[in-house]
Amino acid sequence: MTVDGLIRWLSGLSGTGEQAWMLLLAALITGIPLFLVLATNAIVAVYVERKVSAFMQDRVGPMGQGAGLHAGKWGLLQTVADALKLLLKEDIIPSAADKKLFIAAPFIIFLAPFLAFSAVPFNQTLEMVDLNIGIFYILAMGSFGVIGLILAGWASDNKWSLYGAMRSAAQIVSYEIPAGLSIISVIMLTGTLSMQGIIEAQTGTRWGFLPNWMVFNNPFSLLAFVVYFISSVAEVNRTPFDIPEAESELVAGFHTEYSGMRWALFFLSEYANMLIVTAVAAIVFLGGWTSPIPGWFSTAGWGLFWFLFKVGFLILVMMWFRWTFPRLRVDQLMNVCWKVLLPLAMLNIFGVGLWALVVG
Amino acid sequence: MGIVHGEEMVLNIGPQHPSTHGVLRLHVRTDGEIISHIEPVIGYLHRCFEKHCENLSYEQVIPFTDRCDYIASMNNNFGYVVAMEELLGIQVPERVEYIRVIMAELNRIASHLVALGTYGLDVGAFTPFLYMFRDRERILDLFELTCGARLLYNYMWVGGLSHDLPVGFVEATYRFLDDFEPNLNEYHELLMYNKIFIERTADVGILPPDVAISYGVTGPNLRGSGVSWDLRKDEPYSIYDRLDFEIPVGTGQMGTVGDCWDRYWVRAQEMAESVKILRQALKDLPAEGDVHEALPRKVRPPKGSIYKRTESPRGDLAYYIISDGKPVPFRLKMRSPAFTALSVLSEIASGWMISDVIAILGSLDIVLGEIDR
Repeated sequence: MTVDGLIRWLSGLSGTGEQAWMLLLAALITGIPLFLVLATNAIVAVYVERKVSAFMQDRVGPMGQGAGLHAGKWGLLQTVADALKLLLKEDIIPSAADKKLFIAAPFIIFLAPFLAFSAVPFNQTLEMVDLNIGIFYILAMGSFGVIGLILAGWASDNKWSLYGAMRSAAQIVSYEIPAGLSIISVIMLTGTLSMQGIIEAQTGTRWGFLPNWMVFNNPFSLLAFVVYFISSVAEVNRTPFDIPEAESELVAGFHTEYSGMRWALFFLSEYANMLIVTAVAAIVFLGGWTSPIPGWFSTAGWGLFWFLFKVGFLILVMMWFRWTFPRLRVDQLMNVCWKVLLPLAMLNIFGVGLWALVVG
Repeated sequence: MGIVHGEEMVLNIGPQHPSTHGVLRLHVRTDGEIISHIEPVIGYLHRCFEKHCENLSYEQVIPFTDRCDYIASMNNNFGYVVAMEELLGIQVPERVEYIRVIMAELNRIASHLVALGTYGLDVGAFTPFLYMFRDRERILDLFELTCGARLLYNYMWVGGLSHDLPVGFVEATYRFLDDFEPNLNEYHELLMYNKIFIERTADVGILPPDVAISYGVTGPNLRGSGVSWDLRKDEPYSIYDRLDFEIPVGTGQMGTVGDCWDRYWVRAQEMAESVKILRQALKDLPAEGDVHEALPRKVRPPKGSIYKRTESPRGDLAYYIISDGKPVPFRLKMRSPAFTALSVLSEIASGWMISDVIAILGSLDIVLGEIDR
């Protein structure tokens, strides 16, 4: 179900050839479900995060308590209630804030993962567009959100927000480099930038029983996966790399002054960003929609399941990190990036090249 | 070219801030992330404790001491009643002494659990905090069982206690200790020996022993700097001279002597020592004895004064009481260990980053109720 396919179908129906309104209609038809996916993702992820943290901390988390205005069975309605509360809250714009930028910032931040998501294949056919530069496009859109963060921090006219914005800008821009370089080492093996192309290069088996995923391809690509995953945790500002919104230091970082639905957009984009980086990890390193048991469960429906399963698993690992580790300091964070991950990513490129030359 | 200095920015950390442990304001001058000058501003919780005491009878002061260091109220009670008893010349029964030590050490564990748990929060680890509060909750349950209050006990009275131990207290305390000891190791693995935690705290906020002594820093903060000074050992009061326990001092295991990690480690070790003290005290606890036996009919000390210090979880907690023979104190002064600990902050935190200042402040374990009084 791609935009191209829809346009072809529409032009076949009308018999007038491809026209501009068809593109708009097709984009709407595919875009609205995508938006709903991202919104539901945030609601589900917040619920899961609460429950996971509760179970890790010897608590029960949100729970319903019978009839009436309660959070439903097992607290399932808790995040729905939260979302409703945020929608109904007063919209506060500080008088000292730069009004236009203040309003624009959350939308820019949310736009970035939304745009990136249009190139993510959910299974063999379910994808908005299969760009021939898919992975490159997703990485580019991912770093686009930083502009929103800096705008939010600057426009709030709050010292804490400014600190948070400066920290996040430095952090995200730095961590894109090892993340990008470790993806390059995979692209060297697949020879394509298209998302479907990368997944198709990972079908089949390795040594007869393992799926032919990039993590199992060679030791260097396994290392690349580790480097990518650590960098992506840093890119989405989660513990141990959550210094831009370090609550015990910066109160709430760049979104200190935001409340109500504008604040909810920051939250939505945080979880959407998590979904993006884990989706990229699942596609590039874990074979996307391919089945972990080669040759079995490989229909389109199972493909969707495997993809969501892998993404969900990686998100769960991120939550596990968050509720276990303390937070790094801002200079230590930069040290990890520039002195550890970047040299490792460089080594990976060299190693994968050598491997491809000698073994493969 | 030298170091480029940008414009300095003044930042107010607090009084409403998640990591100032109460209503403390840190007036901070920053150059980027680096802090060039830091000045704690106190007084937001000032309740005229000492002035109030001049209008209260000696028994009525005790609930006010509860509200000074509200994390370790038992120890505050303890310090006051020990001072008063020395002024009055009262000898309390054995059983009372043992119960007091049991309560004080339980409260020391509870206080250190709060200190270490919130320190985890300060450096970004959320889970250890909830684990430690889970254990603290059981200590508070024990207190509730004994005197009905969970935080502000008014339990130790001049010459005795408000209540005797309830039935089943000793067994419940043993059960708690048996569960607590293995938990302690789990917390240390989770937080104290975590690589990131060590990176954040080792070699950070070094408090050299000479600076600590010249500022009058006491308690775990002083012991973290490698100075073995504990009033329970060096100037024993109550029955501490009969008990066998060690004084842990910082050795700079992970970095330099007197860094944040050492202070954390000292508190962690002290909890284990308190467990040791509790086991001995529970074993030797006299079965018989009336806790109200030595209560004076009227607390009216003769003309004179006393300065008595005891070891609270935060350090030397001293009361200076002047009596002019009237039923109310002429003057009552409390020496707060958290106040001296806070006064050293600007000395050791300048030049570090904002995140470090939060970590250093947390490692000093201050309680604003006691600083402002």
